[in-house]
Amino acid sequence: MTEHSDERAGEHASHPLGYGFLTAIWAALMVLTAVTITVAQIDLGFWNVVVALSIASTKALLVIFFFMHLKYESRGLKWCVFLAFLILAICIGFTFFDVAYRPMGVA
Amino acid sequence: MTEQHKDYQGAKFGMWLFLFTEILLFGGLFLLYSAYMHRYPEDFKEAGKALDVFIGGLNTVVLITSSLTMALSITALRRNEKGRCMAFLAFTVLCALAFLVNKFIEWSAKFGHGIFPGSPHLLEGPNGQGVFYSLYFAMTGLHGIHVCIGAALMIFVMVLIRRGRVTPENFGFLENAGLYWHVVDLVWIFLFPLFYLIA
Amino acid sequence: MSDAIERGKGHAQGQATPAPANFLESAPGREGITSWIFSTDHKRIGLLYLTLIMVMFITATILGLILRLKLMTPGNTLLAPQTYNATFTLHGVIMVFMVVIPSIPASFGNIFLPIQIGAEDVSFPRLNNFSWWLYVTGAVLALVSIFTGNGPPDTGWTFYVPFSERTTTNVSLAVIAVFILGFSSILTGLNFITTIHRLRAPGMTWRRLPLFVWSLYATGWIQVLATPILGITALLIFGERVLHLGLFDPGRGGDPLLYQHLFWIYSHPAVYIMILPAMGVISEVIPVFARKRIFGYKMIAFSSLAIAFAGSLVWAHHMFTSGMSDLAVLVFSFLTFVVAIPSAIKVFNWLSTLYKGSISLEPPLLYALGFIFMFSVGGLTGLVLGSAGTNIHVHDTYFVVAHFHYVIFGGTGLGMFSAMHFWFPKIFGRMYDKKQAMRSFWVILVGMNVLYFPMFILGLQGMPRRYYDYLPQYATGQFISTVGSWILALGMGLMFLNLWAGIRRGRPVGMNPWGGATLEWTLSSPPPPGNFLEEPVVDKGPYEYAGVRADD
Ligand SMILES: [Cu+2]
Repeated sequence: MTEHSDERAGEHASHPLGYGFLTAIWAALMVLTAVTITVAQIDLGFWNVVVALSIASTKALLVIFFFMHLKYESRGLKWCVFLAFLILAICIGFTFFDVAYRPMGVA
Repeated sequence: MTEQHKDYQGAKFGMWLFLFTEILLFGGLFLLYSAYMHRYPEDFKEAGKALDVFIGGLNTVVLITSSLTMALSITALRRNEKGRCMAFLAFTVLCALAFLVNKFIEWSAKFGHGIFPGSPHLLEGPNGQGVFYSLYFAMTGLHGIHVCIGAALMIFVMVLIRRGRVTPENFGFLENAGLYWHVVDLVWIFLFPLFYLIA
Repeated sequence: MSDAIERGKGHAQGQATPAPANFLESAPGREGITSWIFSTDHKRIGLLYLTLIMVMFITATILGLILRLKLMTPGNTLLAPQTYNATFTLHGVIMVFMVVIPSIPASFGNIFLPIQIGAEDVSFPRLNNFSWWLYVTGAVLALVSIFTGNGPPDTGWTFYVPFSERTTTNVSLAVIAVFILGFSSILTGLNFITTIHRLRAPGMTWRRLPLFVWSLYATGWIQVLATPILGITALLIFGERVLHLGLFDPGRGGDPLLYQHLFWIYSHPAVYIMILPAMGVISEVIPVFARKRIFGYKMIAFSSLAIAFAGSLVWAHHMFTSGMSDLAVLVFSFLTFVVAIPSAIKVFNWLSTLYKGSISLEPPLLYALGFIFMFSVGGLTGLVLGSAGTNIHVHDTYFVVAHFHYVIFGGTGLGMFSAMHFWFPKIFGRMYDKKQAMRSFWVILVGMNVLYFPMFILGLQGMPRRYYDYLPQYATGQFISTVGSWILALGMGLMFLNLWAGIRRGRPVGMNPWGGATLEWTLSSPPPPGNFLEEPVVDKGPYEYAGVRADD
């Protein structure tokens, strides 16, 4: 194993993120939470869902990239994370080929 | 955890793979939610009104803050500030408990109003509302179990830090526990708008 | 690695407590069953898996023989209807979740993946041991579900709602068992992916990975990304039954078709968990016995990944007659045809490798050729099922049963047998009787075709699957099929007896009896506990046979 640890010493963890920076991310998440609650009080019909999910996705990206450190990880790991979410999106999206086009109201 | 000392990047990669499975596990429920939301938009809206945005919002604040302190604890440990790290972790565990207490109050109130899966009250009402609440209990319930596991994991990390098994040089385990906790937060970030805000 | 070197040196110098020469022997004072069941050595875990998988395989085979015996003649014979339902459910659940899904990855994958990439173990050895224990737990729970509650589950392996919600049999425990078995499978896949990313020996580039490793890599991704959906589906059935969620109950606004979607989102990719590792085995065996570099290495490796990805886009081809939307039928039928392409690429590459090779027809190659034949029949009849128009006609008939068994038994099963004959001398350091192995192959091949081919015809004639009784017009086909099951059982019995005799009294072999060029053939047979005494440095591809000589 000795060779391995030598060879891989270079790819050790990057510098830890600062307290101030992490707190700034938290503040952004708080603001987005406030925004999404406020917007939800206004009736935008269908767009309520779109706005709520867009804000939730933005929050998720902040958590993934900074709290979970993904921004500083290798490109390979980023692709893997993308793949996982892509598969989830396919599962849900392709189900709608059925759900959204099924003739209803027969029964 | 001997094998994890050997290969820091490998352990982290393995943890990410595990998190994918968590995301897809919840993903199955999100699939059901989206399909039923498509089928019963009005019922979902109506049923969502009965959920308290204040409690849901409070829990969101609690979880996001706990995610912050989790991330801060890693920075603290790596800067060799062990006391601070322990304090951050303890605070994170407290947040987890606060979240669970909140959830308990919320669930009890619903049970008190005769709202639980298969309850006579829901069976009388429109089908879509019953489906909404079944999803609500299934998804927040599964999430709650994950909050419990996450809290236990953090207490375990605190023990390891105290015993000197997790150190400023060897912090991989803390980082992986953190990744797990962030995913718990991530799931809630979507559960909150889907259940509390669509009304 | 240094650990292994120390142990190796200790042995070479003949010190007072020599380390064991190979992984089958235990260190003095550490013998006994615990040195196996708590072992973190990937080779021991692989053998543990292999043993249990074979026990489960034989159990489920006996259940299958009982089913065939009941179906030999029409009417109320041998089994009561409820017992018949329970028997085919158990046959399916055990075969799918406890035999075929773990089959090659958990056994031969565990044993040879680390060796083939020049590693001393997998990335997480203790997790590996834990996943075996999860497998044991799942198997025990499934066993308990047979004998407790209101009788064994009778839903079929698919646990379709609404029946699985309402039946009074012990489905709740069975789905928990499936959930746990799923997590065992996830952990194996997770371990393999990490190992391949992190523990390749110096010089073992991605382009030098043996194709077996590539196939396990693709399989690992399916295990990690698809199995959680099975997990949540199993939990939901539990939730429906115990917590009365009503999410799939049409009476309460639920949609049973969404259950089918969730189930097949896992279970279609699962057939690639089953078949990809077998394809990997075939890609290893064929070049060795054709003494020729594999044709189209890149295409085979790529097609494994393509199958894994495309396989996650086609699940609803199991639902053409379920009443889902016409658009979905169209889309999923089209995509199903797309996924046939990478499988066909593999078959063409194997045949091109054989073309003008200097072929030595040893047992592993014979089983591999059997795989290609059976898989081709199964794959082509899969197109009949994938095309929406013809599917309507043969859906839920014996045609499906025949297709599935050609692919999974004729494919994965023969791939597994090929792997058993290929790596047997490496694992046990001995050789089985080759003539007997070939004789058993022919009996197995004949048995399989006599057993399953009539089912294609029965299916086209309209014989529905899972029926307890049938009309007289199906009697001939059913009878022939049952006779086939006896021939198959005889062939497998001969094969297993031959292998068992080989383990006991086979002729000892050297390092490389077949003349393979992958790294496992550079080790002594059986391999030493830490695999490589010195970390290997790889300077050539896995199928470059120049300078490689068989030492048999
Ligand atoms: Cu399929």
